[in-house]
Amino acid sequence: MQTIPESTQIDPMAPVPCKVTAQWDVTEDTFGLRLAAPAGYSFQPGQFNMLYQFGVGEVAISISGDPAYPESLVHTIRGVGAVTKSLRNLRAGDVVGMRGPFGNSWPVEQAVGHDVVLVAGGIGLAPLRPALLHVLNNRNDYGRVVLLYGTRTPRDILFQQELQEWRGRFDMDVLVAVDAAGRDWHGSVGVVTKLIGRAPFDPHNAVAMVCGPEIMMRFTGRELVTRGIQPSMVYLSMERNMKCAVGFCGHCQFGSAFVCKNGPVFTYDDIGDLLDIREV
Amino acid sequence: MTTAPVILDRAAIDAMIGVIEGRGHRVVGPVVRSGAVVLGDLSSTADLPVGISDEQTPGRYRLTARDDEALFGYVVGPSSAKPFLHATGVPVWQGERTADGSFATRKPEAPTPVAFIGIRPCDLAAIGIQDKVFLNGYRDGVYGDRREGVFSVVVNCVEPGGTCFCTSMGTGPRASKGYDIAVTEVIDDEEHWFLAEPGSDAGQEVLAQLGAAPASDDERVRVENLLVDAADRMGRGLDTEGLPEAIKASMESPRWDEIAKRCMACANCTLVCPTCFCATVEDETDLAGLEAQRVRRWDSCFNEEFSYIHGGSLRPSTYARYRQWLTHKLSTWVDQFGEMGCVGCGRCITWCPVGIDITVEAAALAAAAKEATHV
Repeated sequence: MQTIPESTQIDPMAPVPCKVTAQWDVTEDTFGLRLAAPAGYSFQPGQFNMLYQFGVGEVAISISGDPAYPESLVHTIRGVGAVTKSLRNLRAGDVVGMRGPFGNSWPVEQAVGHDVVLVAGGIGLAPLRPALLHVLNNRNDYGRVVLLYGTRTPRDILFQQELQEWRGRFDMDVLVAVDAAGRDWHGSVGVVTKLIGRAPFDPHNAVAMVCGPEIMMRFTGRELVTRGIQPSMVYLSMERNMKCAVGFCGHCQFGSAFVCKNGPVFTYDDIGDLLDIREV
Repeated sequence: MTTAPVILDRAAIDAMIGVIEGRGHRVVGPVVRSGAVVLGDLSSTADLPVGISDEQTPGRYRLTARDDEALFGYVVGPSSAKPFLHATGVPVWQGERTADGSFATRKPEAPTPVAFIGIRPCDLAAIGIQDKVFLNGYRDGVYGDRREGVFSVVVNCVEPGGTCFCTSMGTGPRASKGYDIAVTEVIDDEEHWFLAEPGSDAGQEVLAQLGAAPASDDERVRVENLLVDAADRMGRGLDTEGLPEAIKASMESPRWDEIAKRCMACANCTLVCPTCFCATVEDETDLAGLEAQRVRRWDSCFNEEFSYIHGGSLRPSTYARYRQWLTHKLSTWVDQFGEMGCVGCGRCITWCPVGIDITVEAAALAAAAKEATHV
């Protein structure tokens, strides 16, 4: 995990207007939103922004774009709440409020020289995408690269075209499972943890990055450790209610951590015990 | 800067209020409203709860009449400095649509800096705790704009309240830092005076304008004895030794379930707490959608929506919410800010409608945790 220097913005609470450069459908309930980032903006894989729809409200959205091109600021958003549904109506040329980036990041530097295992559940693939793009941009720095992705149904698979490209590469492995599917699906059916045993990596030299629903991360973390990865080498990105993103509002507390500023990325070593306790 | 204490009478306290007001402050102090001592605007000592005391027990608060004219013969009521510094219902920023379809934000104007007259040592310590939350790294505008320029006349407590435990938390009954002037009231059948000590250059300047006589050794000793005596008479205590670790080890204690049978999750404790800082924001617009603002309001970890993420609340059970609150106060706060989020003011005990006592619950958890490690 990298420590992000404190923001130099005068007021970390005030959103900055950003022009929308593209909006597109990803799945039935998920869409992409690309913004022209403010001058000088950069981010680390795993960080998030607060997106503000004027007068409607604000939501925390992970950045899913390529960190090598921070000026093209991509978000992948499930339109399930009042604000996210409203964001879906944005079109190129519209303006949206943005503040960020906030939070810490995936350990892409620490993972150099190691096998990289990415495990995503559902929309959890979105915050992992910048980490994967960074690894592929610097492919020679890493050992084996594995992406394990579980989602509800074949129709919910994100980044379909990109997944096919990644599957076609000889320098990475992609395994996908869905919870439920019709007869036209010939892939794996089941939870993503079932893929871990089949994934080709050296557990004694691997770094895992996991993002998905909390229960999925709980079992994935456990399974990865059972497979032999050090608990300190298993990184999980937590989701909590975030209002301020800078540790003022208290909503995102998880044990001693403010997920917004101490996270969202934690090691299984740090939070594995808490994940086993109900309603933390 | 000389720091010699001086002796004031009631007229000098009135003069002091005038001098502080003249320095451009909004003067705020204890006043009686709706049967309780709260902090409100003050123009002279006549506005203070003169000759009033209070009775506080778990779940109960009553004002009583004293048989003297003491100005500060009561302890803390439900309000603290928090409503003035960590203000609720105020805009974080305001903004408007611009002609090109974009928008612009502006910072709300900072209000007149407050001077607290008669703030208590526990509440002064609470300001120090909130400083670490809001001015540590990122600067919170709402808090920072109100915090800067604050003037504090702290009144040391010679009579502990019924639910106080400040000696355990090291915050009272005497203020040790963070004030401009510290006052201790002495009253009996023969005499009524105040010993005032400056704690800053500004405090020294104000006292110098009052032309007060320096305190004699006898007067200083008398005040010293009163404050030592007040500490000795504190009826409640909290053993903080090893407490953060003990509470952390108690995450799955059955005690939380037992407390949840009594706790109504009403959030009173968090609202009266001078350190609880959790807040939510509401984005508002005018009808035309041209003007917008983000308003911040106090929130509470006892509210079900507090932990809401898509799919539902993460803490639907009362036990989990009480556990979050107490654990944060006495354990995880230490990890976050290097000290506990409790000053021992006793408000959460007094204002709990069912009288849940944080000192009793913490002691029970600690005792059970200790027993578990010895098995």
